[in-house]
Amino acid sequence: MSKPNNTQSNPTLTGAEIVWATLAGEGVSTVFGYPGGAILPVYDALRKFPIHHVLVRHEQGAAHMADGYARASGRVGVAVATSGPGATNLVTGIATAMLDSIPIVCITGQVSSKLLGSDAFQEIDITGITLPITKHNFLVSRVEDIAPTIRKAFQIAVAGRPGPVLVDITKDAQQASAPFDFAAAAPAPHRPHPMLRAETNSIEQAIELITAAKRPLILAGHGVLISEAESQLLAFAERRQIPVASTLLGLGCFPTGHPLALGMMGMHGEAWVNNAIQQSDLLLAFGMRFDDRVTGTLATYAPHAKKIHIEIDPSEIDKNVRADVALIGDLRTVLESLLPLLPSQSDTSWIGEVNRMKGDASVRDIINLPDNGHLYAAHVIHDIWREAKESGRLADTIIVTDVGQHQMWEAQYFRHDTPRTLITSGGLGTMGFALPAAIGAKFACPEKDVWVIAGDGGFQMTAAELSTIQQEHISVNIAVINNGFLGMVRQWQEIFYDKNYSCTPILSPDFVALAAAHGIAGAHVQKRSDVIPTVTRARTSGHPFLINFQVEKEDGVYPMIAPGSALHEMVRRPAADPLIETSEAE
Amino acid sequence: MLHTFVALVQDKPGVLTRVASLFRRLSINIVSLTVGESEQPDTSRMTIVCEAPETAAHRIRASLYKLEITNDVDEVGRSEAVIRELCLIKVAAGPTAPSGLQSRSQIFELANVFRARVVDLAPESIMLEMTGGTSKIEGLIQVLRESGYTILEVSRTGRMAMRRGKHTSRVLQALGQANGIPSGKPAPKPKQTPRPSATEVIPSEFPNLPDED
Repeated sequence: MSKPNNTQSNPTLTGAEIVWATLAGEGVSTVFGYPGGAILPVYDALRKFPIHHVLVRHEQGAAHMADGYARASGRVGVAVATSGPGATNLVTGIATAMLDSIPIVCITGQVSSKLLGSDAFQEIDITGITLPITKHNFLVSRVEDIAPTIRKAFQIAVAGRPGPVLVDITKDAQQASAPFDFAAAAPAPHRPHPMLRAETNSIEQAIELITAAKRPLILAGHGVLISEAESQLLAFAERRQIPVASTLLGLGCFPTGHPLALGMMGMHGEAWVNNAIQQSDLLLAFGMRFDDRVTGTLATYAPHAKKIHIEIDPSEIDKNVRADVALIGDLRTVLESLLPLLPSQSDTSWIGEVNRMKGDASVRDIINLPDNGHLYAAHVIHDIWREAKESGRLADTIIVTDVGQHQMWEAQYFRHDTPRTLITSGGLGTMGFALPAAIGAKFACPEKDVWVIAGDGGFQMTAAELSTIQQEHISVNIAVINNGFLGMVRQWQEIFYDKNYSCTPILSPDFVALAAAHGIAGAHVQKRSDVIPTVTRARTSGHPFLINFQVEKEDGVYPMIAPGSALHEMVRRPAADPLIETSEAE
Repeated sequence: MLHTFVALVQDKPGVLTRVASLFRRLSINIVSLTVGESEQPDTSRMTIVCEAPETAAHRIRASLYKLEITNDVDEVGRSEAVIRELCLIKVAAGPTAPSGLQSRSQIFELANVFRARVVDLAPESIMLEMTGGTSKIEGLIQVLRESGYTILEVSRTGRMAMRRGKHTSRVLQALGQANGIPSGKPAPKPKQTPRPSATEVIPSEFPNLPDED
């Protein structure tokens, strides 16, 4: 038998060492994880490598941290967990990343290959379980496959439409040894999807439709941010004076103060935006997938509009909405090929018409309601925005929301002008996302101000990660929007279930005391006048800080499109309704 | 509407599960699925017949391509391809059968008409093997039933399909004709349209052959 090759360029390493060496070669500096029996060899090898490992308190936190890290930085986030329950705890986080197209690689330990299929201790078929929620997954049981597989996983995670990839490595593969050659482990070039070109004649058709349109509208989605096509989007809109509406995940791709900016559309978008869509004669869908939150009932969606769909994933074309012209490819590349052919026009009558549709919206807007002594979540969020703006830190502020009413108010009242400043679970709507995702974002962008905005319900789901903040000494600001309810569900119960608040009143701990137990400073806020001073105190403290905002108990996100309703059939905030009945504390 | 897809996938464990799982996620019923080796090493050839609306074909193809294990996907219609399946039918043909031992010769005659072969002769039963289009196989089974014979077992492979005459560019490349240009002829003027994808069909000089059914 030949001697093992132990030259300097091809050292013989254990599988566990190869894991870290490959991650280091891929440029990974931080991973989020939790050790266990089946991944022990990997953890043992960590000390030889300059990679920082963040110990979480629940593997769901690790997956969300990798996710938040990827969203904030644009790089691949990495989570590590053991077999069995460690792996299954990742599932929610992986699904969250899948539905929002976020590139993460999850590495899980697995029992020894001889034991596979025998229901061994902490054995679970995680590759089977994650089949529908990963772009692809791998089971590695040979040490020589570890490096090529991890490299392939990174390639798949970022190729085309990004997404999560899982690599399950058996314990015996971790313990065996093999020569390691990072360059030789490079995967073959990712095969281009054959339906992936913007056809030349489709480009001509698109230009024709655009130049003929009298009421065109751009629907800007997450694809603009993934493709980094913000300046192409701006040039496109300005060239023809086309108003720009955004999906939730697209917020930040277009400057909010721009005359053509409409803001968010859809179920909780502003009424005039949705009305404009319903009256439009041409919709330009840039990197968005016509999600049901955005369209309302499809039968009556944009009935007068032709649709041009620019999308990198061919399976999204005609999935929900039939496209008159489909341009399949990277958004930035497609826009760059369209722009030279796009004649300019300066008629602003359509955007003028849209602005007139705003009508009396500002009267109904909660922001403009007179101060009546109640603290509204919308005011809190708007004040966090104002404080960041006035202190000149807005472009360096990352907001990470949880899921629920506060998430919608954040989208409505915090103006995002910079890409990658809003991190929120859109597709899966995962409660508990905010705190761990914010930790991941802070590791990605340590120089930025990172705010968690979470409801009392969602915050409790992953509150254990406060310990991670404590152990890692990182500075994240936490704003808990506390109304004693699972707010969004309560709102639906109010509107559709005759105010039968079944299991929605929720009792929370004193979050400030909880934070203090973790060595984290905090404050209670109940009055509007205390909001900005406390926010400034938190932001400038240089340490983590938790603010419990005790807000109006029964408040509604408006406008709202009821399920089954058309996009223009919005429930509006009652105009003459300054005081909302609160259920008095018992 | 029935769609027939021919997919070339990597020959690795778990690939069948990934494809089946995809159809389950799309809530599309698989009528039949047959898979085996192809002419390429490390590549399996899958023929999937599924029930889905007309407009779903594009989505199914795109979703299959999204799987990392898929190399190629082609949808074949009835007139463009030779479609065959194999069927084994065991018919009761012993002394206790409807016409007793006479049923044997009757079954042999039926088999002849349908060009099926007798592959097993047992005291109580006859096994027929038939290769053909789906309608012919279903025809034989129906005739056997309506003639009063007891069908003891039926095993069907599900459809296999292969394009006739009109070649995909992948096949043309294998023939040594890149870009659909037969070697020896002058190259046509370069057109604006880009090179066709692996599954686009290039018209050939062969006329449409009639359906064997």
